[in-house]
Amino acid sequence: MSVVPAEVLPSSARALEKAPARRASAELGPRARLWPALVAVYRAQLSRARVARIPLLFVATFQSVGIMILMRGVVDGGGEARAVVAGASVLVVAFVALNLLAQYFGQLRASGGLDHYATLPVPPAAVVLGAAGAYASFTVPGTLVTAVFGCLLYGLPLAHLWVLALVIPLAGAALAGLGAAFGLLAPRPELATLLGQLGMSAALLLGVLPADRMPGVVRFARDLLPSTYGVEAFARTFGPDPDWAFVFGDLAVCAGVGVVSLAVATWAYRRAAVR
Amino acid sequence: MKATDGVDLDIRRGEIFGLLGPNGAGKSTLVRQLTGLMRPDRGSVEILGHDIVCHPERAARILAYLGQESSALDELTVSLAAETTARLRGLEVRRARAERDAVLEELGLTALASRPIRKLSGGQRRLACFATALVGERPLLVLDEPTTGMDPVARRAVWSAVDRRRAERGTTVLLVTHNVIEAETVLDRVAVLDRGRVIACDTPAGLKEQVAGEVRVELVWRESAPLHVPEVAALRDRAVESGRKWTLRLAPEEARAAVATVTGGAAFTALDDFTLATPSLEDVYLALGGNVTGLVKA
Repeated sequence: MSVVPAEVLPSSARALEKAPARRASAELGPRARLWPALVAVYRAQLSRARVARIPLLFVATFQSVGIMILMRGVVDGGGEARAVVAGASVLVVAFVALNLLAQYFGQLRASGGLDHYATLPVPPAAVVLGAAGAYASFTVPGTLVTAVFGCLLYGLPLAHLWVLALVIPLAGAALAGLGAAFGLLAPRPELATLLGQLGMSAALLLGVLPADRMPGVVRFARDLLPSTYGVEAFARTFGPDPDWAFVFGDLAVCAGVGVVSLAVATWAYRRAAVR
Repeated sequence: MKATDGVDLDIRRGEIFGLLGPNGAGKSTLVRQLTGLMRPDRGSVEILGHDIVCHPERAARILAYLGQESSALDELTVSLAAETTARLRGLEVRRARAERDAVLEELGLTALASRPIRKLSGGQRRLACFATALVGERPLLVLDEPTTGMDPVARRAVWSAVDRRRAERGTTVLLVTHNVIEAETVLDRVAVLDRGRVIACDTPAGLKEQVAGEVRVELVWRESAPLHVPEVAALRDRAVESGRKWTLRLAPEEARAAVATVTGGAAFTALDDFTLATPSLEDVYLALGGNVTGLVKA
């Protein structure tokens, strides 16, 4: 199929050959650049999250707060309390960024909604990073509430909560990238939902329960989970004299996993958009 | 299994070209290939001098596509959907907002601008999605059943917006439809698709000339057809039955005879309604051997 200028069409068959058509090539519209497109997607995603996801954010926060209250009876301070509070806080990030984003992309892909983005001149990375960024940002209030509540409940210091400003975006990047990749790669939306749920359950069980009570295999699985490094980094800052080198080391792992998982998600988007 | 096979179409710059056919005829596959969403196994796609098979990413910079699915936009407000789409078509903020305002005003959507799209009625939702296809001007609009569910006012807004762009900027439109009435009224030329093949391509008037010697007679019976009337029984072989309705394509003198039969005597008491009409694109489609279920008259 081709669209050629009316004046060259009826006169002769030759007019349909490539040369004359090429001379009349239409000027291409502008391409959306990465950063402005990313900001536009981010804004749009944040607004739809605000409209549609607020109840779920409450669920995420209550879930974490509930877990901390439950664990209060089992854990009595020290390293275990730090692990519980850090794990419950990062769980909010896992719930939204991993679970909900996997569901979103799974449904968007299954319903054909990706066509909208795929027929706009927008870099795939802008769509994936914009959505991942919005979902990660959306976890901020829930994570803060959980962390503050946990600190008060377990009598932990609030002094280093600023580290959440690094933990949320870095753990958010790693988990959102994973969630987006799940959603875009899963052949069916139900499978995307399932993967998202499983990822979140893993973050819950492996992140919240104190690690030194786990058997070796489970600890290995825990080491493979990107959210673990966010939890570890955050938990370390509750200590009397945090070892910042380890904190930043853990955060660097989050950042590394984030770069890789977002790159995979971008590749998955490209693959899903053109079928 | 091929979705489309041997399709060869040339769309002229500035025309409204239609793809008409029932669901499953291959319209959507063709559109996906044209918009760079799907690479054809064989053949070429050229838009305004650009090879879309070699450079599928160029399609997004030449055309605006309105698909049937709005799930990417559903949870945004009308205003944000239009603005975001304009931004993603490469417009900078101020121009994106100016175009957003102009298009919403043009389509009569300004009052709905701050409402989330999924809270609108079906027709309004469709119109809001149409607005996103217009922001950030493109020389080719690919519209997949743009007016589904719309009331007459919204339909008029769509076709005036299309006409304006065509008159002012020479915009080309590829319209996918299974609505024969719309096809007849808005299209310059139409390709009729059936099972992945183009079975005809001409102006609506040109296509209708193929069946110009015929008249369409529709008979609706009260309960069942009075088959004890021999003339009615004879018509049955040529009728397409759907429930109580018979549709017949007859030569003018046959049609006169048929109408005379059913409007008198025993047949008339069994008759609920009848219409006599000049052929439509639906009749062309039938005459060409198409399978009519799936075409819509609205």
